[in-house]
Amino acid sequence: MPIVKLVSEYFGNEQAKDLAWYRQNGGYEAARKALFKMAPKQVTDEVVKSNLRGLGGAGFPTGKKWSFVPADDSKPKYLTVNADEAEPGTFKDRYILEWDPHRLIEGIIICAWAVGIHKAYIYIRGEYVRPFQILKAAVEEAYKEGILGERVLGQDFKLDLHIHRGAGAYICGEETGLLESLEGKKGWPRLKPPFPAIVGLFNCPTVINNVETLSHLRNIILKGGDWFADIGVDRNGGTRLFALSGRVKRPGVYELPMGTPMRELIYEHGGGIVGDRKLKAIIPGGASAPVLTADQVDIPMTFDELSKVGSMLGSAGIVVMDEEVCMVKAMQTIADFFAHESCGQCTPCRQGTGWVYRIVSRMLEGNGSVDDVATLMSAANNMSGTSICALSDGASMAYRGFLTRFPEEFEYHVKHGKCDVQEIRMAVA
Amino acid sequence: MSTQAFEFTPENLQEFRDILSRYPERRAALLPTLHLAQEQNGHISTEVEAYVAQIMELPIVDVREVVTFYSLYFRRPMGHHHIRVCMSIACMLGDCEGIRNHLRTRLGVAPGGVTADGKFSWEAIPDCLGACELAPMMQLDGEYYGNLTPEKVDEILDTADHADKRG
Ligand SMILES: Cc1cc2nc3c(=O)[nH]c(=O)nc-3n(C[C@H](O)[C@H](O)[C@H](O)COP(=O)(O)O)c2cc1C
Ligand code: SF4
Ligand code: FES
Repeated sequence: MPIVKLVSEYFGNEQAKDLAWYRQNGGYEAARKALFKMAPKQVTDEVVKSNLRGLGGAGFPTGKKWSFVPADDSKPKYLTVNADEAEPGTFKDRYILEWDPHRLIEGIIICAWAVGIHKAYIYIRGEYVRPFQILKAAVEEAYKEGILGERVLGQDFKLDLHIHRGAGAYICGEETGLLESLEGKKGWPRLKPPFPAIVGLFNCPTVINNVETLSHLRNIILKGGDWFADIGVDRNGGTRLFALSGRVKRPGVYELPMGTPMRELIYEHGGGIVGDRKLKAIIPGGASAPVLTADQVDIPMTFDELSKVGSMLGSAGIVVMDEEVCMVKAMQTIADFFAHESCGQCTPCRQGTGWVYRIVSRMLEGNGSVDDVATLMSAANNMSGTSICALSDGASMAYRGFLTRFPEEFEYHVKHGKCDVQEIRMAVA
Repeated sequence: MSTQAFEFTPENLQEFRDILSRYPERRAALLPTLHLAQEQNGHISTEVEAYVAQIMELPIVDVREVVTFYSLYFRRPMGHHHIRVCMSIACMLGDCEGIRNHLRTRLGVAPGGVTADGKFSWEAIPDCLGACELAPMMQLDGEYYGNLTPEKVDEILDTADHADKRG
């Protein structure tokens, strides 16, 4: 499939972050069209038609999410933009923030108009210092030019936009953890329901959308929902930024239509495997997405197709592993992350992530016992469906992916007290 | 630990007022206020905590709870330059362990430590820094550096060191 540049159109273009250049190239025309030619409801309808789905990971239909916000509530409504990007293997939003901040701001204006929002916050992870500076400059420029503030683009519509820096906690990417953090507390996720669309930031109705999700709105408004839906497949509209990393020759961000097979991403765009070695495993959607085996490389990348095979497209961070990579080591790396980032609020998650990390580490050090594989599996099972937020479920899924798809590697480690990826391959072949 | 009382500079006090104006509830200003305090002081000491609690009109325990929850707030003095080496999945595949070992040798202190001259402090973190295409990568102060080799790490640290000497 061809590379279709919608949100990546300006990646690599040094001028695009300047407001004047952005406007000369059609920038803020979509916002103008929405604010002056479309009723809020029409904007939402167009987004519903587009089949745009949440690109932060969960894939929830965006138009539908907006429509849950009560229209008649007397409380203020908020938009919070999720720029916390911290799912291991994910780095696409950073490209938008660094290269094309005005596309995001334009998307924010369009969403605010559709939902009737007058205050928006961008929650950006604290480590993203340079993206923050670029975004801040863009927001300031937009205020100066009357694109944000009392009368957006001259319309009788007020919108304030502030940037809020996080402080180093993965859990603040989870939408309710984000809200707590934005309210000045530790990022402990909230029980749902109530959903943020009803009770969100400062107890008011709140829309939470990912950076990339909102950045698609410019094109959807200019070219129409049907046009966007046609680029994708089924109920997965448009394109998506795929962040490709690991053992590939050309890691990077590639924008491709939804439904592109993983093989094309890895071999055509990514240039194939480093050293032309054999592909062994693929994580298709960030660390929480269960690992896939090499023979699954032809699966089309959509939310629905990946969930059919027990994994997920998640954040579209695709991590490639070749025949020389030890799956026990890969799992340990991910287990270390989850153990570090569990917020500790729910016992199964807090303890489970710790146990799993310790057991896998023990195996890796050559001190595993025969029971360890079963213990790992039961620890993973106990972390599913028992907690407040989806971190625990994601970790559980990821662990079970490694254990069920590469059981022989775990058994080898336990039996031989060492790693020998080569030997395992021969034994299995 | 220093026992000097802490307060915002006049510019930062102005900035603090600006931060407050962005939120309908005062408490929401806590994270940005802590960032500002850390920028001024280098770390969040107990004195800083007490000051922030006072201007935020919050009990100290509430501030402490937040400071300890988030990994970017330092509770002790760190090096003049701070390094974070990413040890997450893509960087693992790019041999970040080699980079970590090199830093351990070059800096002569374990992760979490500060060099004796106070120039560098460092951490090896299990979190992905969101730049996996650059694996193995690290952050030095605000900047990201990628496709690291031991030689490249030396160059980056030398450059930071020389920049300080030139003042
Ligand atoms: C543990 C966890 C971490 C998450 N991290 C992020 C993140 O870094 N960025 C993001 O956009 N969404 C993240 N999400 C998803 C958000 O909860 C939420 O679904 C999303 O921001 C909604 O925006 P969207 O509908 O536009 O995708 C995370 C979810 C979980 C459970
Ligand atoms: S599942 Fe884990 S991360 Fe989520 S709220 Fe519970 S303890 Fe925290
Ligand atoms: S794994 Fe190191 S930056 Fe993502």
